[in-house]
Amino acid sequence: MNAPALETRGLHKSFGALTVANAVDFRLESGARQALIGPNGAGKTTFVELVTGALRPSAGQINLDGADVTDLPQAARVKRGLVRTFQITALFRGLSILENVTLAICERQGIGGGLFWPAGRYRAAIEEAHALLEQVGLEDEALSPVTTLAYGRQRLVEIAISLALSPKVMLLDEPAAGVPSAESGTIIEVIERLPTDIAMLIIEHDMDLVFRLAQRITVLVQGSILVEGTPEEIAADPEVRRVYLGERPRR
Amino acid sequence: MTPSRAVEAFARRHHYRPYEALPWVAAVASYFVFPDYLALGAQILATILFALSADLVLGYAGIVTLGHAAFFGTGAYVAGILAAHGWGEPITGLLAGAVAAAVLGFLSGLVVLRTTGLALLMQTLVVATMVAEAANKASFITGGDDGLQGMEVWPIFGRFRFDLFGHTSYLYCLSALFLCWLAVRRMVHSPFGRSLTGIRENVRRMHAIGAPVARRRLIIYIISAALAGISGGLIAQTTQFVSLSFLSLERSGTVLIMLIIGGVGRLYGAFIGVPLYMVAQNRFSEIDPVYWYFWIGLLMVFIVVFARGGVLGLFDQFQR
Repeated sequence: MNAPALETRGLHKSFGALTVANAVDFRLESGARQALIGPNGAGKTTFVELVTGALRPSAGQINLDGADVTDLPQAARVKRGLVRTFQITALFRGLSILENVTLAICERQGIGGGLFWPAGRYRAAIEEAHALLEQVGLEDEALSPVTTLAYGRQRLVEIAISLALSPKVMLLDEPAAGVPSAESGTIIEVIERLPTDIAMLIIEHDMDLVFRLAQRITVLVQGSILVEGTPEEIAADPEVRRVYLGERPRR
Repeated sequence: MTPSRAVEAFARRHHYRPYEALPWVAAVASYFVFPDYLALGAQILATILFALSADLVLGYAGIVTLGHAAFFGTGAYVAGILAAHGWGEPITGLLAGAVAAAVLGFLSGLVVLRTTGLALLMQTLVVATMVAEAANKASFITGGDDGLQGMEVWPIFGRFRFDLFGHTSYLYCLSALFLCWLAVRRMVHSPFGRSLTGIRENVRRMHAIGAPVARRRLIIYIISAALAGISGGLIAQTTQFVSLSFLSLERSGTVLIMLIIGGVGRLYGAFIGVPLYMVAQNRFSEIDPVYWYFWIGLLMVFIVVFARGGVLGLFDQFQR
């Protein structure tokens, strides 16, 4: 049996009378490059929060690699390889770039709770973090405080932290949001170079980025999946053009 | 920068720096330079430990508390009551105080740490008030309003008697502080300590990298409570007196003020803020017994306006 890397069945979430996820049946095959698009307020980020476990669904089921994780806490899902980046950069602001990534590696290796030996003793973890910084092109600034980086490069730290967790499924929440177009090219290149065995879901507004990176696109409108298909199918779909592309013209 | 250099610098960060010897040189020197002030000195050393314990929760884990006196007072009462009821052995008394404070930290932490921010602040306040009221009501054992009387603390190791001039007290507090500092320093440089900083800097990210945030917060709360308990026990044993003020809101607030004066989240803020505050308090109250609190207040205003990171924050500014 080849279970999808990530699957939701009848995923439902409402806050009082407001329904933000309505019976969402979603599949992300292993190794997929898929995008989740939708107009503002469609519930894209809510979907991410539900899948990662930051929010509890009102109903429905979430499967990770065939196993039901609906009732698992966020940390346990991360341990199973479900990793996200944030739409608005969420880094450890006072710490160096290297330490931002090292913290994630320590958690993955289960040494993050170690009380006795100094962090500097765990050389393998630090070296692995450094190798990840090389992968995203930040090795020259490894010891600088993360806040000294330009915003576009902080987005790269986001990605490096996610990679540090050995993801099987990566949810990239608007990886290029707020980044000047001159710098977004670097981010796209880094994402394109990511290992192909990672199933990737890109939540994005920027249609150029979506059409460049995604092999399949899911369109979410008002908490429900409107349609799913290849980029060509989506671009040609009259309904999508009406509710989404029509409202927010392609840049 | 070559890969090895960045990694190397990271791997060496926990090594001892020369300046870290300064507090200990100063403390040992004070013993010889100010022989008439050893009693005050012992109080300062014990209070540094209290502020250090507050720094762990406030400065490292970002848990803002107004109830840390609950742990300080618990340690003091347990050590005090033991000494008043026939068990005056100081070191086991201290440890008993630490364990009692840690248990209180565990039980209250289970409830209090479910919240954050203002709600958390209020709940720490509530816990401290409840403990203070319990101590007040249990006057048959705590002495209530009159304070705990009749403590008899035995000589340390059966040899070093607590003397009137405070020689033993000073060295006793200095040794306890030094040992606790070694442990705390080791901890803040450990992956656990770094993860606390991660929780303070960005708790959402900490969840997202799979860290058990609630457990980490509870563990540091317990450790900090135990250290506060040791601090309270030290003051109880060296002054041979415990009163309800050990559990008061004022005590919780003052330790934060001392810590903020020195600098929060830096490990050494306590070593600067506490002596500064307590020496200033001692001097001001001698010069101006009526209005000394005003001068302390004025000092605080200056710190807040000109040195947001406390005294240690000033050094950072000069380095830039």
